[in-house]
Amino acid sequence: MADSEGRGQSKQTGSINHAADEGDGKLHEIARVKDEGKDLTKEEKQRLRKEKKQQKKGKKDDKGPTEKGTDKEKKVPPSTASQPVTQSPAQKAQSAVPVVASVPVSESTTPTDKPTKSKAELKAERRARQEAERASKQAKKEPGSQPASSKSKAPPNELQPAVKRLPEHIQVDDPAVVRKLAKKLERQQIPLRSDYGYKVSLFSHLHQYSRKAPLTQQISIPATVIHPSIVRLGLQYSQGIVAGSNARSVALLHAFKQVIQDYSTPPNEELPRDLVNKLKPYISFLNQCRPLSASMGNAIKYIKKEISNIPSQCKEEEAKKKLLLCIDNYVNEKITLAAKAISKCAIDKISDGDVILVYGCSSLVNHILCEAFEKQRKFRVIVVDSRPRLEGREALRRLVKRGIRCTYVLISAVSYILPEVSKVFLGAHALLANGYVMSRVGTSQIALVAKAYNVPVLVCCETYKFCERVQTDSFVSNELDDPDDLIVTREGKTQLADWQSVKSLGLLNLVYDVTPPDFVDLVITELGMIPCTSVPVVLRVKNVDQ
Amino acid sequence: MPGADKETDLGERIEAFLAELKRGGRGSGETARSTAALLRRITAQARWSSAGDLMEIIRKEGRRMTAAQPSETTVGNMVRRVLKIIREEYARSRGSSEEADQQESLHKLLTSGGSSEENFRQHFAPLKANVIEAINELLTELEGTTDNIAMQALEHIHSNEVIMTIGRSRTVEAFLKDAARKRKFHVIVAECAPFCQGHEMATSLSEDGIETTVIPDAAIFAVMSRVNKVIIGTQTVLANGGLRAVNGTHTLALAAKHHSTPLIVCAPMFKLSPQVPGQNSLTCVNAHCPVFDYVPPELITLFISNIGGNAPSYIYRLMSELYHPEDHEL
Repeated sequence: MADSEGRGQSKQTGSINHAADEGDGKLHEIARVKDEGKDLTKEEKQRLRKEKKQQKKGKKDDKGPTEKGTDKEKKVPPSTASQPVTQSPAQKAQSAVPVVASVPVSESTTPTDKPTKSKAELKAERRARQEAERASKQAKKEPGSQPASSKSKAPPNELQPAVKRLPEHIQVDDPAVVRKLAKKLERQQIPLRSDYGYKVSLFSHLHQYSRKAPLTQQISIPATVIHPSIVRLGLQYSQGIVAGSNARSVALLHAFKQVIQDYSTPPNEELPRDLVNKLKPYISFLNQCRPLSASMGNAIKYIKKEISNIPSQCKEEEAKKKLLLCIDNYVNEKITLAAKAISKCAIDKISDGDVILVYGCSSLVNHILCEAFEKQRKFRVIVVDSRPRLEGREALRRLVKRGIRCTYVLISAVSYILPEVSKVFLGAHALLANGYVMSRVGTSQIALVAKAYNVPVLVCCETYKFCERVQTDSFVSNELDDPDDLIVTREGKTQLADWQSVKSLGLLNLVYDVTPPDFVDLVITELGMIPCTSVPVVLRVKNVDQ
Repeated sequence: MPGADKETDLGERIEAFLAELKRGGRGSGETARSTAALLRRITAQARWSSAGDLMEIIRKEGRRMTAAQPSETTVGNMVRRVLKIIREEYARSRGSSEEADQQESLHKLLTSGGSSEENFRQHFAPLKANVIEAINELLTELEGTTDNIAMQALEHIHSNEVIMTIGRSRTVEAFLKDAARKRKFHVIVAECAPFCQGHEMATSLSEDGIETTVIPDAAIFAVMSRVNKVIIGTQTVLANGGLRAVNGTHTLALAAKHHSTPLIVCAPMFKLSPQVPGQNSLTCVNAHCPVFDYVPPELITLFISNIGGNAPSYIYRLMSELYHPEDHEL
């Protein structure tokens, strides 16, 4: 991995002493702070950042850390090594290196412990530019380094080692990570939600919360740290009132609009940086209420990027207006208009006399069916539902209200009714970069049985749900819902009433599962109809656009 | 008159049995035993002089019983077993050699018209006693089926396995509990909505200290990749080696096939039925909540029954040993 190669190279550099000299003053200070067991406070970090910038301007041959180091920050803050210019500029392109002696120095060079991607990218570009300039000046002395420096100027492309920070919510079994999270939440003054019930051993790395203990019980009213619309949103998420990928993203963006409207820049602060920092505890809070979905993650990334891109000379009112407009555009483009485009494509695929099978309640699929019905297509729908969420009932209600003929079955009857089905339409929660479709649990089962009966499976998904993660099974990254949902009471009797008292009994309430791409025949997006395996192509095109 | 009393008494018992069948709710093992006991009583108390008469009586009662509860196929199976017993005892009494009856099955198929010459009209005094004794043997066999199956558990379950099952089957429960006495393994139970019999199964297994997890039906495919074996019970084993099993079993079988996980069916021999899929015994199914699924034989790896393990391709042979071809239609 990048770590080991970097480590090897840093040994060659022998730059430790060189770097240590410059950072001596900082080193002592940081060592002191570390001894006290506190992380650097914000002011200290800013001060250090400013000092470092001045140093860079002053000394040409004092090199900052390689730019890619900031991207790779993990919870345990690794450090970026300082490497002198005399070493090969090719090392500039290497990723960060944890070096023993220069840990404190390097920590000073990373302004925040937890850089967000967008900020990191901007910093990376700035640093790359600085280094390129420096290198070109060096290159006038050393012609050999010229080509290498241009390599370092190249934007982070596909071949960059994709070492991303591992999300905390799939590392629950690692006590160090849990402690880190607790400390972070304490700093942000957000309560930590505790796990509930016996967790099946295969899933001990995931959180399992109880719906009866929402996070909002632990915060004071009125909440001073968290904006009230965020509190309300968090409660809606954790109780399942707002559910579904699109609904959650739209609700999130609306809540953020409220936050931005009520925001006012404190003195001596810049709006871009401060607003992003304000949003961080909110995001942590929402994450505690319910793990963020892929679509929400993409929306947050977009907002943060937009905020950071606000030019610093922009006035506050103007900036806020611009941001609100950006958010509206995002919702409009990525969700509303995308739904229209997808409907248009999908309606071509629906012919008269079709029997269409849908699973659960996907807002997009419901929209498509309603549009098709309005365009006078003759078809009937079979709604498949599953315990314990029983979301199909909501879909059934919406479709029947429009007048569409529907049948309702549970998922165990799928192999019974599938012979009469002509097409299967499925919604998606996210599309992963290896072509797998992440969706509500049970989707892969329906796709499997449909494949066995040779019924075409069409997945409808907007491009903003495309995600760079890869996953091959439903275990490593998933969500565990409240296990008490599985308890069913029939005629006042229930079998599992005191399942907690039985030591060897566990209830597993998964939320998502992944469908392999060979079960899916077509993915309908607003960019057109693509096969499942084209998802990384779309992602790449999107990244280049941005 | 004592004879008449016996007959009315017999008639009452048959009526009571039919009523209980219609009510349902009994396990198939119990049904099989009570059917065999009732048939023994009919043999003992009904009035008949030759084997043919007895077979007629039993066939008539058998038709009534299967009509009362078409989905409970063990009743019909027991009737066919008893009919075969009667044929065998008759043949033995007549003195015809047993070898002649047990010709090569291919030869039997080609010369199947031969047995119609038999009309079972001869009267043999010891026939009654012999038939009753044979039915007693059948009853003993029925009582031991669950234990016989459970005894084979250690041959099929190794330690630290993850086993998946669906719904509630007493046979599978006994099977797993027997294995759990010596081995540690993990069981995942799919709850099988809407009746959720899986919950009962899970509680029962976990009380014996087996690590159990309950999952909703929708998660079957999601967790299948970590499952080592799928062990299920069934309502009926069909003549082609397929199954009629509880709703959701077909999906389970497809998921197991996709992950190349062996699917093992624990079913005692009295569940073997000469029906083939597609017969109208699905009369209890309504359009929205089918009670049973058909699982084709190519998705099944192994049948474990009280006489040992068999591949689905061998079921037809077992069928010919249990039932006579003429009794396939009651």
